[in-house]
Amino acid sequence: MRKRIARRYRSERRFRWVGFAAIATSVGFLAFLLITMMGNGLAGFVETRIAVAVDFPKSSLFLDPAALTGAGAQAALATADIEGAVAEAAIAQYGPDGADLVSEAAWLRVRDAIADDPDMLQGRKSFSLPVSGDLDLAAKGDAPPPVEARFAKLKADGSISRGFNLGFLTGSDATDPAAVGIWGAFKGSLLTMIVTIVLAFPIGVFSALYLEEYAPRNRWTDLIEVSINNLAAVPSIIFGLLGLAVFLNFMHLPRSAPIVGGLTLALMTMPVIVIAGRNAIKSVPPSVRDAALGVGASPVQVVFHHVLPLALPGILTGTIIGMARALGETAPLLMIGMRAFIATPPGGISEPATVLPVQIFLWSDEVSHGFIEKTSAAIIVLLVFLLAMNGLAIYLRNKFERTW
Amino acid sequence: MRDVQQTLEMEAPAEARAEVGAQAPSLKMKARNVSVWYGVKKAVDNVSIDISTENVTAFIGPSGCGKSTFLRTLNRMNDTIPSARFEGLMELDGEDIYGSAMDVVQLRARVGMVFQKPNPFPKSIFENVAYGPRIHGLAKDRTELDEMVERSLKRAGLWDEVKDRLSESGTALSGGQQQRLCIARAIAVDPEVILMDEPASALDPIATARIEELIHELRGRYAIVIVTHNMQQAARVSQRTAFFHLGELIEYGETSQIFTNPGVPRTKDYITGRYG
Repeated sequence: MRKRIARRYRSERRFRWVGFAAIATSVGFLAFLLITMMGNGLAGFVETRIAVAVDFPKSSLFLDPAALTGAGAQAALATADIEGAVAEAAIAQYGPDGADLVSEAAWLRVRDAIADDPDMLQGRKSFSLPVSGDLDLAAKGDAPPPVEARFAKLKADGSISRGFNLGFLTGSDATDPAAVGIWGAFKGSLLTMIVTIVLAFPIGVFSALYLEEYAPRNRWTDLIEVSINNLAAVPSIIFGLLGLAVFLNFMHLPRSAPIVGGLTLALMTMPVIVIAGRNAIKSVPPSVRDAALGVGASPVQVVFHHVLPLALPGILTGTIIGMARALGETAPLLMIGMRAFIATPPGGISEPATVLPVQIFLWSDEVSHGFIEKTSAAIIVLLVFLLAMNGLAIYLRNKFERTW
Repeated sequence: MRDVQQTLEMEAPAEARAEVGAQAPSLKMKARNVSVWYGVKKAVDNVSIDISTENVTAFIGPSGCGKSTFLRTLNRMNDTIPSARFEGLMELDGEDIYGSAMDVVQLRARVGMVFQKPNPFPKSIFENVAYGPRIHGLAKDRTELDEMVERSLKRAGLWDEVKDRLSESGTALSGGQQQRLCIARAIAVDPEVILMDEPASALDPIATARIEELIHELRGRYAIVIVTHNMQQAARVSQRTAFFHLGELIEYGETSQIFTNPGVPRTKDYITGRYG
């Protein structure tokens, strides 16, 4: 008897240790992932800048400040050779290779500055512009020796400065790793998620309600149930092919637009919401239904006054799991053309866009060395987006949760 | 269904016939030849009974005898069970409650129900009581609703205990208070009949006594039907008792007569504790 009890205690201790080891392993993996990402990615938020003084009146730029105040401002800016002026200024300042020191997209900043304040065209103005990809790598100690030497010299001259890369958060994809930004992909993800949730949440919740509360139990509902369960397990790339066939080839919706991505991901997310919703609805105690029916509530009132509010925390949890999966989804979006190079943020759900995970995939595939840290930085942005979404869900769940 | 009365006179057992014959003017609900099936299983077999407003009617009988099922046919709560099938005639004030003219939502407002396990909504005490009047649009404004809630809680004998914490959750009350809250909720829509399905079986003796007292106070204002396992309780609270066994109504009569001088041997065996 005593031996038996000792054995039981021993097995309990063993069980607790196995559980603890499992948790420790998963936490370890998570910590490893986060630390690697942070180590690689944080550098992506920092940019190296070089001081370039542009003397507008002496440059080859023929731009009249007066032309920049009226309706023709956009056209005037578009035709002016600002890029050339910046290159000229860099060569004048740093010698024949000067133009290569500055990032290819640096002139865009000059253009924006001119648009904001046309009067600067009358004088000399010093800009702090992002350096080219090579020089940026040199700043991070990862470039060939000649470039490193050049960088060291510039630094000694005091031409180099470092700062927070705001352009990474506000810009879009570019060919130069120093000029890329995540905002385009972020906005694309946001729009896609909005389309997904607007479609998948109501359809999923109403399907779950109908199946649980109204549908007769017969062979058809069994068939629907099995189909929904299978749908939730279908690999996501199949949904991408479905989206390609139905939304693009048949319905002719715009290619690589958030609306198509959202529709495709909604198809994928809906079964998850239906399954979670049905479980949540099932777990509402029947006594609450009885109570409401007993005072003369109609079935619809029972559902909307009692069942749905009580099931909502569970439904929200399921929705978030589905949405998190949709946010991180890459494969189906590749199928519907969201892997295109998009250099401007989408203006709406029908404009070409890309999304964060696809952007990460694209950057990770780039040959240029500077994209490594950008990829990690994009991953950090994606994780922050994910955490924010989950945080919102937990907040909503706690808000709607009721104590018994 | 034609000429139910006649069929009944011919087929009903002698003691049931005597009851049906003496139709009191306060007759509230009338059941004739009611049978209920769950799938192929017959749960209630050809029951005929009259329920009046003056009396508290108790249904007694061993577990699974169909008394709860029969109670739930009185406000069509069995409709929520997909396999349940009803046959017979059930009238409330002469209206066929299973007829097409009867709206089930309205019926349940007129025939309220209190369940075995206290089941307040996970909302505030006020909202629990106000829910019924709200969905039926019984109160014109907030003041009237406040009055209704107060009146119902007073009638349920709960007002003094909860008047300072109406905004607290109904589920935070003790079991006995929860059950009285459920009674207040049922009263709030001013029903004509209140059905109670073993309302005290989950409560301690003091809370039980409180509920029984309450039933006494409510008697006469509402027709009350109570299902109970506890024969002492049936003897204490009811004026008329119906004994069910295996889905059949064995005996129905004055409570005093059923308990002291039952007409059927099976009733006597049950009451004296031979089975149950």
